[in-house]
Amino acid sequence: MIEKVLIVSAVLFCSGLFTIITRKNAVAILMGVELILNSANINFIAFSKSASNILGGQIFAIFVIVLAAAEAAVALAIFIRFYSIAGTADVDFADRLKG
Amino acid sequence: MFEYAFLIPLLPLIASFVQIFVGKRLPRKGDWVSISAILVSSVVSFGIFAQALKIFDPELLYRASYPWLDIGGRFTIEMGILIDNMTAVMLVVVSVVSALVHIYSVGYMHGDPRYSRFYAYLSIFSFSMYGLVLSDNLFAIYIFWELVGVSSYLLIGFWFEKKSAADACKKAFLTTRVGDVGMFIGIMIFFLTTGVFNYFDVFKAVADGQISGTLLTVAGIGIFFGAIGKSAQFPLHVWLPDAMEGPTPVSALIHAATMVAAGVYLVARVYPIFTPDAFLFIAYIGCITLFIAATIAIVQNDIKRVLAYSTISQLGYMMLGLGVGGFTAGMAHLTTHAAFKACLFLGSGSVIHAVHTQDIQEMGGLWKKMPVTFATFLIATLAISGVPLFSGFYSKDMILAKALEFGMVNSRHMILFVFAALTAGMTAFYMFRMVILTFFGKTRDEEKYHHAHESPLNMTVPLVILAVLSFKVFFTYNGWFDKLMHGPVFPKELKAHMLTLSEVPAPAPHGEAVVIGEGGHAAVAPAGEEGHMAPAPGHGEADVAAGHEAGAGHDREHIAHTAHSLAGKISLIVVAIGISLALVVYLFGMVNVQKVAAAVKPVYLFLFNKWYFDELYHHLLVRVILAVSRFLGWFDLYIVDGLVNLAGQLGVWVSALAGKFDDFVVDGTVNGLANSTIGSGGFLRRFQTGKLHHYIFALAGGLLVIIIVKVF
Repeated sequence: MIEKVLIVSAVLFCSGLFTIITRKNAVAILMGVELILNSANINFIAFSKSASNILGGQIFAIFVIVLAAAEAAVALAIFIRFYSIAGTADVDFADRLKG
Repeated sequence: MFEYAFLIPLLPLIASFVQIFVGKRLPRKGDWVSISAILVSSVVSFGIFAQALKIFDPELLYRASYPWLDIGGRFTIEMGILIDNMTAVMLVVVSVVSALVHIYSVGYMHGDPRYSRFYAYLSIFSFSMYGLVLSDNLFAIYIFWELVGVSSYLLIGFWFEKKSAADACKKAFLTTRVGDVGMFIGIMIFFLTTGVFNYFDVFKAVADGQISGTLLTVAGIGIFFGAIGKSAQFPLHVWLPDAMEGPTPVSALIHAATMVAAGVYLVARVYPIFTPDAFLFIAYIGCITLFIAATIAIVQNDIKRVLAYSTISQLGYMMLGLGVGGFTAGMAHLTTHAAFKACLFLGSGSVIHAVHTQDIQEMGGLWKKMPVTFATFLIATLAISGVPLFSGFYSKDMILAKALEFGMVNSRHMILFVFAALTAGMTAFYMFRMVILTFFGKTRDEEKYHHAHESPLNMTVPLVILAVLSFKVFFTYNGWFDKLMHGPVFPKELKAHMLTLSEVPAPAPHGEAVVIGEGGHAAVAPAGEEGHMAPAPGHGEADVAAGHEAGAGHDREHIAHTAHSLAGKISLIVVAIGISLALVVYLFGMVNVQKVAAAVKPVYLFLFNKWYFDELYHHLLVRVILAVSRFLGWFDLYIVDGLVNLAGQLGVWVSALAGKFDDFVVDGTVNGLANSTIGSGGFLRRFQTGKLHHYIFALAGGLLVIIIVKVF
């Protein structure tokens, strides 16, 4: 039972990673990050369910969801600022700190 | 009074400092500073002299010394004052001449651009001379010895614009230095063997036999070399005639009365250290000097040069007197000579001042124009010639008597007396020649005669005072000089020491020891040889010791008596001949001088050129020294400088090399480090692309690698 859940979470993780690597739009990359966070949530819950009756994993997942929401808020604020400066949301243009 | 003796040299020293620093700004250019200093010193000197006369003790002795230099605790050099009758007399001699010359110079040096400097130099000289007279050890006397040399140098070269004066002062300084080296060697021999400088300590060491034999003779002769230089004895007499380039008061003070007599004083001061051989050496040097100088003086025409040669000759008499055992005779001649020779020099200065020439051939008949100068000059001439009633008769007669006595005891050395007596006649001759040519006869230069005038009062008064002092009575009254200047004085504790020595069998005293040892009068003293080997200090005076001499005492007394009366007669005859010859030749003109000179031309030229001493020294010494100097100069220029330059060049090369090393190796390392940092940074920055994808890709790739490594 747990293997199927892990496969789902692995697929989700790979889709998130693929999205981050391939997409150039900042919002799309943020979505990929959400996918990865949620694959991790699934793993938390799955291992918590199979290992014991204590709801540690579920509580952790809820924290991650809250964290993801806060992160999305901060990230979107940064993107808006970035967009107003650079006139685009393409992260390839955000390379001012390169060596 | 004795405890104020330190003031005597101190005041002129202070005066000289005042003169040097503020002299020019003082009223009258400060001559009164020097004059009052010397007058106060003179008063103190006279006080000391008066006290010595009042005590009237031949053994008078006052000593005071304090440590001056402490050399690492190993030995201490002391500065001290020693006053005995000889010192008291010398103080008065120096004071009288120095004070009179100070006063005389007010007139003579009037209007000189360096008037205050002249007085500064005079004061330095007075300080040094007083110090020389008062000092109580060999070290101190050497210091003052050099100081008088320096002041003499400064004063001879006072008119240094004249090349002859500049040359003369160098010559004087260098020539006397030659003698001073000998003196230094002598002092060092004493110091190294005995470790002391004080006269009495040295005498004691000599009496103890710490130093004896040939070494003692050599040391004594070494010290005597200082006297040869300073007192212008043969063979170092050549500087004194040239020293007449200085102002005439200086010639009177330094080169007639005081400094040149310092050599005589030195010999008398260290009298007990001389061995019989050394005494013989002194006597012969004196005899050679007095004869040579007198022969030269006969033909000179420069009034000051005649006086200079006569000074050399008289100094020779003093040395001869000391050398043949006449301590009193030598010192008496020093004292009397100081007065009449200073008078002669100041008189000649007065003449030169009046006629503006020094050539006696251009003078003549001056006695009408300057009667005071003439009278004083004549009195001093009578004194130096040894005419009875005048001081020179007393002292020169004593020297001749001593020489004759010496010759009678030891016939081999009779020659000393023969030459001394002969020279007494020559002295009278050349002195009267000078007086006649200067003051008598018809005027040979009308213009100069016309301008001649008597000198001002401050120049004639010193002349009169000195002329008065040229009378015999001042030195023979109550026989004070004979009694007080009997011989070397010793402190009480040392005297006991000397007496013990004299009780040793056959301790032949100095004076006789020469006679016995040299002459081989075996019958008189069989132990002569022993006496010769062990000279006992304190018995230099021959007739003092005569009483001690077993068996020979009576003979000696008898001989001394005969010698004295005989010498007196002989000298009178010789002097009479000399004077009458001068009168006949120059005053009455019975002999044509030119014809005589032409007849004996080689002799005349030989004498006129001063025995060719200057030429001899020029070829023998000066040229050799110059050649050596030139060689050394060349050596310096090319070898030494070459080495130095080479070393410098080497330094430059090494520096260049070090510079290159710095540029390439040290800087290269630093720059290389920086460059490699830059290079690696440039390489690494390529990985920081700033592209999010690249980072993520690398992250994922790295994760993958970790997983693969961990799992498989």
